[in-house]
Amino acid sequence: MKKPERVLLAGGRVVDPGNRRVRIWDVLIQDGRIAKVGKQLRATGAQRIDCRGKHIAPGFIDMHCHLREPGQEDAETIATGTKAALAGGFTKVCPMPNTDPPIDSEALVRFELARAKEAGFARVYPIGSCTKARAGKELAEIGSMKQAGAVAVSDDGSWVDDPQVMRRVLEYCKAFDLPVISHCELTGFPYGVANEGLVSTRLGLAAGPDVSESAAAARDILLAEFTRARLHIAHVSCAATVSLIRWAKARGVQVTAETCPHYFTLTDAALETFDTNFKVNPPLRTDKDRQAVIDGLADGTIDAIATDHAPHTKSAKEVEFDIAPAGFIGFETAFSLGYEQLVLAKKLSLADYVSRMTTAPARILGLPMPCLQPGADADLVILDLKARWTWTRDQVFSRSQNSPFFGRQLHGRVIGGFLGHKQFWFLHPA
Amino acid sequence: MRQAVIDEQGLKTLVSQLASDISRRNRGVKNLVFVGIKRRGVPLANRLAKELSLNQKYRIPVGAIDITLYRDDLQLVAETPICGGSEIDFDINGRIIVLVDDLIYTGRTVRAALTELLDFGRPKSIQLAVLVDRGHRELPIEPNFVGRTIKTRHDDLVDIYLVEEDGTDGVFLTRR
Amino acid sequence: MKPRFKHLLGIELLTRSDIIGILDQTESFLEVLKRPIPVVPALRGKTIVNLFFEPSTRTALSFSLAASRLSAHCVNFSFPSSSVQKGETLLDTARNIEAMRVDGVVVRHSMPGAPHFLARRLKAFVVNAGDGCHEHPTQALLDAFTLRQHLGSLKGKRILFVGDIAHSRVARSNIICFSKLGARVAVCGPPTFLPTDIEKLGCEVFYRLDKILYEVDVVNMLRVQNERTDLSLFPSIREYRALYGLTRERLSKLDKSVLVIHPGPVNWGVEMDFEIAEFPQTLILNQVTNGVAVRMAVLYLLAGGHEET
Repeated sequence: MKKPERVLLAGGRVVDPGNRRVRIWDVLIQDGRIAKVGKQLRATGAQRIDCRGKHIAPGFIDMHCHLREPGQEDAETIATGTKAALAGGFTKVCPMPNTDPPIDSEALVRFELARAKEAGFARVYPIGSCTKARAGKELAEIGSMKQAGAVAVSDDGSWVDDPQVMRRVLEYCKAFDLPVISHCELTGFPYGVANEGLVSTRLGLAAGPDVSESAAAARDILLAEFTRARLHIAHVSCAATVSLIRWAKARGVQVTAETCPHYFTLTDAALETFDTNFKVNPPLRTDKDRQAVIDGLADGTIDAIATDHAPHTKSAKEVEFDIAPAGFIGFETAFSLGYEQLVLAKKLSLADYVSRMTTAPARILGLPMPCLQPGADADLVILDLKARWTWTRDQVFSRSQNSPFFGRQLHGRVIGGFLGHKQFWFLHPA
Repeated sequence: MRQAVIDEQGLKTLVSQLASDISRRNRGVKNLVFVGIKRRGVPLANRLAKELSLNQKYRIPVGAIDITLYRDDLQLVAETPICGGSEIDFDINGRIIVLVDDLIYTGRTVRAALTELLDFGRPKSIQLAVLVDRGHRELPIEPNFVGRTIKTRHDDLVDIYLVEEDGTDGVFLTRR
Repeated sequence: MKPRFKHLLGIELLTRSDIIGILDQTESFLEVLKRPIPVVPALRGKTIVNLFFEPSTRTALSFSLAASRLSAHCVNFSFPSSSVQKGETLLDTARNIEAMRVDGVVVRHSMPGAPHFLARRLKAFVVNAGDGCHEHPTQALLDAFTLRQHLGSLKGKRILFVGDIAHSRVARSNIICFSKLGARVAVCGPPTFLPTDIEKLGCEVFYRLDKILYEVDVVNMLRVQNERTDLSLFPSIREYRALYGLTRERLSKLDKSVLVIHPGPVNWGVEMDFEIAEFPQTLILNQVTNGVAVRMAVLYLLAGGHEET
C-alpha cells in the first residue's frame, strides 16, 4: 500500500447517498482526507487514477458481522475478517460480541480495537453484549464499554428472553445513547432448522415458524416504546416483522432495522438438496417474505443492510443438516447481490441502495456521516457496476469458505478503494 | 448376406423329429416334464409337449424359466435386464425334465438354467433338447437332442423365428 | 433397461414410470421367494452394508434378507444413538466405507438429508431406509405394491392417512408415491399432528375421523411416534383412541372391501384395536412379505448401475 501525498480520482460517477444523487465528479485526496470535489479538478503532482466508467462511493459500513476472535480463530480472525470486509467494500465493520469469551467488558472492547489496528484493514467499531457473559441475566458494564469505543450492545445469537432484563437494558442504554440490537427469536419453540412451511413439510426438517421472530420483535418494539429507548432489530427475515416495524415507526417508536443480502436473494426452496451452506438463522423464508423485505428496504421501513458475515470451518459445516452450525460468510458478495436484486431490479436507486450501507448504519450507530465532502476521511470504494463475474473459492479473502454463492454469476464488483492514507486494489482500475 | 437355413416346413419337421427322438429315448413320456428357457424355448417346449400329449390321456406339464438372475455376466452386460420371472407350478422332485431352448451356442445360458432348476428341487434327471446347435461351446455342456447342427463363425448372426413370438417359422444365417 | 437413478434417496425424486418399473420387477422376486430354495445368484460377490444409526429390527432384517436372497454379502452396523455424538462424524463414516469398497449402503438416520450427504461422497449406491421425518421410500414402494396386488391400479382410489403425519416419514413418502400413481389422498389427525401447508401437497385435510373414514378405499394407519415427538401434542392415549383410533366399532362399520395397512410396529390399543389383526382386509403381514421382495428389486436394480444422462 503506497502513501502518495495527493491522489486524484478523475471522471468517476460519485454516489452521494446523503443527497440521493450520482454525478460525475473528480475527487482529490490529500493526507488521508478528501481535499476537494468538483468538475475537472487540476492537481499537479498528484497520482492520477482514471475512474471513467466506474463509480465512487463512501466506504460501506457493516453493522452486523462476526469476526470470531477471540475464541474461534480457526474460522476467522480480526485480521482476516477485516481484510475480507475491505474486499467487499466495507471500510467500517461492527463485530458482534458472541466470541469466546464474549465481549462483555472494557478490556475485551480494547482488545478488538487493538487487533484491528495491528491488522490495518477495515476499521472496527465493537458491539458489546447487553448482559454479562451473554447469559441474559445481569447487565454488562455497558458504560465502560461505550467509553472504550463500543457503538451498540447486543446479545446477538440469542434473544434476551427475560422481559425484565430487556427492559433494564433498554433503559440503561439511554444514558449512553446506545441502540440495543435485538436478535428476535422466541426461546420456547423447539429447535428449528428451516422456515416452517411447505418446504420444511416436504423435507421433514425441524421447522422454525416465522412467528418466533415477529412475536419476539413485537415484544421488543413495545418495550422500546414503553422505555422510550432506542431499539434496532437485527436480520429481519419475514413479512410480519416488516409490517410490525412499519407500524411502530408510524407510532413514533425509536426503532430501526436491518436485513441481510440472503433475505432478499434466496428463499427456502434452496434447501432441497440439504446443502448446509444454505442453513442460516433466521432461516431462509418464502418468496412472499423475500418480497416484503425488498419492499421494506424500498420504503425505508428497513433502514440498513448488514451482512451477518458468519464464518465456519469446513469440518464444522460438513455434517448432517440438523447439526450444522447456521450462517455463512457475506462480506465479499454483499454489494453485488444488493446491486442485482435491488438496483437492477429497479426497487431502489443506486444512491438509496448505497445509503442503506453507509448513511443509515452511521446514523444508527452515531458514526461520522459518510460523505465525499472536503474534510471527510478518505474512506471510499471504487465500483465497477458493469462487471459480471463468478465468485470462486480461490478468490476468497475470508479464512472460511462457507457460502451459498460460489459459482453464481454476480453483477457489479468492488475493485478497490481508500482507507484514509491507504489504497487497496483488488482489480486493476484501468 | 442373409440366407434361410431352415424354412417353415423344415422347422415343423425338425420339431416332430425331436419329439419322436425324445419319446423313443425315454421309452415313452411317463414322468416327463418340459421346461422352456425364455423366451423362445417356451413355445418350443409347448409344441413338443403338445405333440407328445396327443397319444396320451393327460397333458404333459410345461414350465418356463427366466435365467436373468442366474447369468454369470451381469458385470459385462450393458443393460440391467428386467427379469420376467419363472413359472414352474409343478413339483420337479423325482421327475425327468426335458430342458428346451431354440439355440445352443456357448452353453452359458444352459448352465444358468441348470443352476436355477436345481433351486426348484431335485429332479431325477435333466435332458437338453435344442432346435439348433451353432457350435463354439465355452463350457462342457452338450444337448441330448438336436434338431440341426449348423457350422457358424463367431461373428455370424443366427436368427430363429417362431410363429408364437414372431408370426412365422424359420431359421436364418447372416454372414458378415 | 437400466434405472435412471443411481441411488434411492426418496420417492419425490422418482417419476411415475420409475415407480412402476420397480413394482413390476418386484413381481419376479415375489415368485423367487416362493421357491423351495428362495435364493438367486444375481448379486453374488457384491457387498451391501446396513448402516443403521437409528434402531430398527424389522427394516434392517428385511434388507438383510433381501440382500442374502440375492446372494450378496450383507454386513450390519447399528449405532446406539449416544455414540453418534461421541464417536465418528458421518463424514468419517462415509470415508471409511469408501475405503472398504462396498457396493451398496442402506442407511437409516435420525436426521433428514443424511442419505443425500452419503450419496454425494460415495461411489457405492445408497438406499434411504429412513432419514428423520423426511422419507422412507422402500416402505412406500412396498405399500404401493401391496395395494396394487389387491386393487389392481391405484388410479382414482381414495386413500386416507390417519395419525401423526407431521413426524412420519412413512406418511410423506406414501403420500407422494400414491399421488404419483394417481390416487386421491386425504389426511386425518388432530391439528397438532398435521404439518403446515400439508394441503399444498395435494391432500384433503380432515380433523374428524368419522367424517371421512367411510368414504375411502384404503386406510393407511400410522404409528403414534412416541420416540420422535414432544408429547404435548395430544392430551392422552384414551382421547386419541376414542377420536382417531381404528377401533373394532369403526372397523365393523367399514365396508368389507376397504383395505387397512400400517407400516408397523403397531401400538395395539392406541391407533388400532387388537382384533383388527385378524380381519381379512388388514394387509399388515402381506406388507412384511412384500417388503423383502421390494427390497430385492431395489437392490437388484441399483446394483446393476444406472443410465448415465
